[in-house]
Amino acid sequence: MKLDLENGVVEMAHGGGGRAMARLVEDIFVRSFDNPLLAQRNDQACFDLSAGRVAMTTDSYVIQPLFFPGGDIGSLAVHGTVNDLAMAGARPLYLSAGFILEEGLPLADLARIVASMARAAAEAGVAIVTGDTKVVEKGKGDGVFINTTGIGLVPSGVAPSGEKARPNDAILISGTLGDHGVAVMSCRENLSFEVDLLSDSQSLGGLVSVMVEAVPDIHVLRDPTRGGLAATLNEIARQSKVGMALQEAAIPIRGPVRAACEFLGLDPLNVANEGKLIAICAEGDAERLLSIMRAHPAGRDAALIGRVVEDADCFVTLKTSFGGTRMVDWLMGEQLPRIC
Amino acid sequence: MKFVDEFRDGDLARGLADAIGREVREGTRYHFMEFCGGHTHAIFRYGIQDLLPKSVRMIHGPGCPVCVLPMGRIDGALHLAKLPGVILASYGDMLRVPGSGRDSLLKAKAQGADIRMIYSPADAVGLAEANPTKQIVFFAIGFETTTPPTALAIRQAHRLGLKNFFVYCNHVLTPAAISSILESPEVRDLGTVPLDGFIGPAHVSTIIGSQPYEFFAEEYRRPVVIAGFEPLDVLQAILMLIRQVNEGRFEVENEFSRAVTRDGNAKAKALVADMFELRRSFEWRGLGQVPYSALRIKEAWSAFDAEVRFQVPDFKSEDHKACACGAILRGLKTPADCALFGTACTPEHPIGSCMVSAEGACAAYYTYGRQRRAS
Repeated sequence: MKLDLENGVVEMAHGGGGRAMARLVEDIFVRSFDNPLLAQRNDQACFDLSAGRVAMTTDSYVIQPLFFPGGDIGSLAVHGTVNDLAMAGARPLYLSAGFILEEGLPLADLARIVASMARAAAEAGVAIVTGDTKVVEKGKGDGVFINTTGIGLVPSGVAPSGEKARPNDAILISGTLGDHGVAVMSCRENLSFEVDLLSDSQSLGGLVSVMVEAVPDIHVLRDPTRGGLAATLNEIARQSKVGMALQEAAIPIRGPVRAACEFLGLDPLNVANEGKLIAICAEGDAERLLSIMRAHPAGRDAALIGRVVEDADCFVTLKTSFGGTRMVDWLMGEQLPRIC
Repeated sequence: MKFVDEFRDGDLARGLADAIGREVREGTRYHFMEFCGGHTHAIFRYGIQDLLPKSVRMIHGPGCPVCVLPMGRIDGALHLAKLPGVILASYGDMLRVPGSGRDSLLKAKAQGADIRMIYSPADAVGLAEANPTKQIVFFAIGFETTTPPTALAIRQAHRLGLKNFFVYCNHVLTPAAISSILESPEVRDLGTVPLDGFIGPAHVSTIIGSQPYEFFAEEYRRPVVIAGFEPLDVLQAILMLIRQVNEGRFEVENEFSRAVTRDGNAKAKALVADMFELRRSFEWRGLGQVPYSALRIKEAWSAFDAEVRFQVPDFKSEDHKACACGAILRGLKTPADCALFGTACTPEHPIGSCMVSAEGACAAYYTYGRQRRAS
């Protein structure tokens, strides 16, 4: 039976291991992810890796809504994992993709998500070489959950790591903050507002490869996803046992993000990003690294936002544009809007 | 952002800070209380204390509606949320606050209660329309600012003929709380807590106007400057208060004239008066019982009163004995003086009222100002 991609929905049979499942895998996944390793149709992908250090990471994606301005759960599932590899300085090579589908999910939505994954993978230069599909009863999932695992190769001499920030190091950010979180929030069911903004979801693999080529000794690379810049810098500060001093005026934030955060009572420094990175490097490398970043499309708005300082308390502080100083703390629990 | 950035201008801030520096008198100390959590938040968020001379001390008052709600009322909301067929709706920052059993509405939600975060009471009316088989309880909190929207929601539910919309009313009144602070023996009789003036509420005053503060200024001989929530508003208000103190004046001045008039919003006040009446007394977390400091729904509208419809038990709860919130709210202590601050009591595990919301003095100090104590 042919899949009805226009009006059909995911049924329990699509996870049953029978002909319906084979059809789903063939018509949606293999066709979209098209690559020689997947085409072998084995239960695993086998390949050679050149000598050197290998980076490996995994992440699961459960976002609602599934489609948001500037992306969807599919593109996010590729970018998120590719970026986690890139933050080791690695060149991402292969991904696996595991799908948990909820009975009743329109096949058209699934096809759209998978096509978007395929596009994102092609752009990032990775191949989705193995995968898995399960179907759960209606009400036991949230449309679709995706897990991706990735591996990549780390060039020799490159070894950024969270504990390597040193006093006087420069803290760079690759672009504007909060775009993803606000774009997604703008289309949540209980809070729809119109905002001229797209999620920043994108692969950072290309940007990182030019960065590590120019400055192999980048001390720390990390993408400020959930918890935003604030959480990520606090993590690094604690790992490296240092403090950080930021300049509010230097932190790039788009007007619509500032405005949305303003009326929702949120702090853009706590809002998630899916296509930005923080780079911490020696003071002397900062200018060159910044210009390399700005020359790349994924780092056009890159900026130097502060310095690493000595601080036994590992505090991240911010000099406000207003002239005072405040702490930039971890987010406590879920970010909730204030009443007044 | 137009109309926002203008009030956060660093150059203007430096100019005002310089003016304050010139205005303060050698040997005089100035103690001002900002009543509102919104001001407390602005002071910490923008680091305003860094721009003030050492002789100016800000005391962070009880003006955070989430903070002052006693745990017994949160227990009441938890009780309502767990009733079968009930959907409880409330504002975001109310959901995290623990009741006496350490359970918050967020935890009750995780355990299966149907609790919704809303941005406006109108959303709760919408829930009632969309869920005719459920009983929707709006957990209404807040000062005079959030009371008119609650009144409008009740009126809307009445117009729509909804029989499944109820309000658990916890609206409280600002002037009564200011009186309570000024009447406390430490301030009034003993004079052990210096309190030289008030920064008056911003949003609250857009509703009630500047007139209600005239009594305080006169009776307690303390200047009041009503100020907006932007950092430049706060600096300007501090400058105006210092001038009043220096000149021996105790007047109500209005820095927030772009939004506040003497008489306030007559329409909103009439709406509230039509629907609510004073409670004889209401417990404030940190201040204790404050006479005539809260509102309840009038009998004519009792069909919408959750306390009438569901018979909420009168939960009693006491704050932790070592908690210094009561003293902090009245300026007797600072957060750093509290033995629980930053150790047992943190924003993740708040014990006292000042830690439960980002606008509370302890939470603001913890989140934005901890580096001061360390340095």
